[in-house]
Amino acid sequence: MGKTFAEKILALKSGKDSVVAGEIVTVSPDIVMSHDNSAAIAKKFKQIGINKVKYPEKIVIPLDHCVPAATEKYATNHKEIREFVQEQKIENFYDINTGVCHQVLPEKGHILPGTLVLGADSHTTTYGAFGTFAAGIGRSEVASIWATDEIWLRVPETIKINIEGKIPSGIYPKDIILHIIGDVGADGALYKAVEFSGKVIWDMDIGGRMTLCNMAVEMGAKIGYVEPDERTMQWLAPRSNKKYEIIKSDLNAEFEKIIDYDISKLKPQIACPHTVDNVKPVSEVAGTKINQALIGTCTNGRLEDLKVASKILRGRKISNRVRLLVFPASMEVFAQAMELGILQILVKSGAVIMNPGCGPCLGAHEGALAPGEVCLSTANRNFKGRMGCKEAEIYLASPATVAISSLYGEITDVRGDLK
Amino acid sequence: MSIKGKVWKYGDDVNTDVIFPGKYTYTITDPQEMALHALEDLDSKFAKEVKKGDVIVAGRNFGCGSSREQAATCLKYAEVGAILAKSFSRIFFRNAINQGLPLVQCKEAVENVSSGETITIDFEKGELSCKKGIFKFPPLPESVLGILKDGGLIPHIKKILKIEEGE
Repeated sequence: MGKTFAEKILALKSGKDSVVAGEIVTVSPDIVMSHDNSAAIAKKFKQIGINKVKYPEKIVIPLDHCVPAATEKYATNHKEIREFVQEQKIENFYDINTGVCHQVLPEKGHILPGTLVLGADSHTTTYGAFGTFAAGIGRSEVASIWATDEIWLRVPETIKINIEGKIPSGIYPKDIILHIIGDVGADGALYKAVEFSGKVIWDMDIGGRMTLCNMAVEMGAKIGYVEPDERTMQWLAPRSNKKYEIIKSDLNAEFEKIIDYDISKLKPQIACPHTVDNVKPVSEVAGTKINQALIGTCTNGRLEDLKVASKILRGRKISNRVRLLVFPASMEVFAQAMELGILQILVKSGAVIMNPGCGPCLGAHEGALAPGEVCLSTANRNFKGRMGCKEAEIYLASPATVAISSLYGEITDVRGDLK
Repeated sequence: MSIKGKVWKYGDDVNTDVIFPGKYTYTITDPQEMALHALEDLDSKFAKEVKKGDVIVAGRNFGCGSSREQAATCLKYAEVGAILAKSFSRIFFRNAINQGLPLVQCKEAVENVSSGETITIDFEKGELSCKKGIFKFPPLPESVLGILKDGGLIPHIKKILKIEEGE
C-alpha cells in the first residue's frame, strides 16, 4: 500500500523511514509563524527559563491582527514584539506595513512545497495550497518550539476531495469550499488531512487554492493540501530561490475516504449565522438587508478577489444603506490593485479602502458591528460575537456575492447580474 | 488524578469565540481576568457561578474555530475541573492539555449526564461516575498525563530541560 502526503512528510520530518496514520511523531518544523500574539508567546518563552530562541532563522513574525495599533494596549503589544525581535535577532519580521500573515508568508518566499510549517493561528492551513504541511498550534507550543525546535504531532488520516465539472458563471472558489463545508459539517474532517484534487483544482489559480486550504480548518481539518503543479512553481519562482522537494500522495495511497463533487450545477453559496456549516444557496436568503459588506481577510483579500469585485462595481454606486470595507490582504496586493486601477473603481463605487490587516474579522477594530446589524463578509468565520458584537449577524460569501449585494443593500444572487 | 464537580451542559460546536471573544484577545492578558469572561457569549451565568472542579459537558467538536489559547486558559483559571465532550476540535485539545486542563472524550457519558448533577472523573483509571452509573473511557496516554501533572506544557518543558541540563 502506498503512502499519503501527510505520512510521507511526517516520516521525513521525524527522521523515520515510514510512519502510518494515527502514529505520534516528534518533528522539527521548517518555519514557525506567530503574529500579534508573539508578545504573549515571548512571555511564555521566558517562563521556560531560556534566554535565546534556538533557531531565529525559522521564526517568521508579521504584525497583522490589529494594525496600526488601535489603542495604547495594542501599541504596547506591538512594541514588546519589536523589542523581542531585535533582542533575538529574528530577521523575518514584518511590521504593520506588510499584510496579513497568510498572504505575507507565501509572498515573501517562506512557504515552499514539501516543508513543515506551524503557526499560532488556526488558518495556517492556507499554506497547504503550495504542497506544504501547515497546521495551527497554540501559543505555549510555539514558545516550546522556540526553545526546543521540537513538537509532537499525530499523523492524520487523509480525506481526498475530488472536484470535477465545469465551473458555472458566478461561481468562485469560495462557493466551492462553502458548499463542501456545508456538506461535510464543521467537524466533517476533524483531525484529518484534506487533499483537494480534480480538474477544477488544476484549472484554479493559486489564490483560489489558498481560499480552499484556508477554510479546510472550518471543517475541522488539521491541514489542507493541493499537490504542487506547474502553476505552483511559476508562482513561487520569483519569490524564493531555495530548493524544494515536491511530496505527493502515492497513487495507491490509503485514503480514509474519497469524496467526489461535480460542481457544474453549483449555485452561489452563503454561510448563514452563526456557524460556517450553515450553508445555503444565496437565492434562499436573497433580499436579506445588510448594513456592512466586507471584502478582504486571509480568505478572500487577494488580487483575484479584488478584480472580481471591481468588475461588478465598475461605474456603479453601492447602496447608501451599506458600508463597504475593502482590506487588500497585503501591501503587495494593495500596490498591484492600485496600479491596475482596481482601487480607483472601488473607491468611486463608494467603498472604503483600508490598510491590509485582520482587524474586523476577529472584532479587534476597524468595522465592528452594532447590535441588530448584519454584515456580509468574505471572511471565514461567522460565529456569534465574532466581529465584536454578539447581537449582530454575519453571513459569509464570495467577493462577487458581497460586491453585488453591496450595490442593492441586500443579499443578492450574482448570477442575475452576469446575464 | 481525579476531580469532582457540577455539570454545565451545552450542545455541539461550542466555538472559541463564544468561549473567549476575539475582541478581548489582545486587551485582556491577565488569566484571572480572562476567567471572568469564560463562555461569555454562550452562557452569561457561567463565569459568575462556576465553582472549582465543575465539569463542562458538551457535544461534538468542542472548541472549534480559532487557535487562541485563551479559550483554554480562561476555563483553566475559572477552575473548571475537566471538559467532557463527544469530540474536541484539534487545536483546542492541544491547548487545553498544554494549559493543564484535563479533557475526556466519551460520547456515552455525555448522553447520560445532566446539567446540575455532580460527577466524579478518575483520569488514570479512565472512569466517570454519575447518577446513571459508571462510564469507561480510554485513559489519557502517559505523555499527556505528564503534561497535565506538571501543570501544563511550559512548566513541563521547563522541568524536562532542567533534567537534561543536570545530566
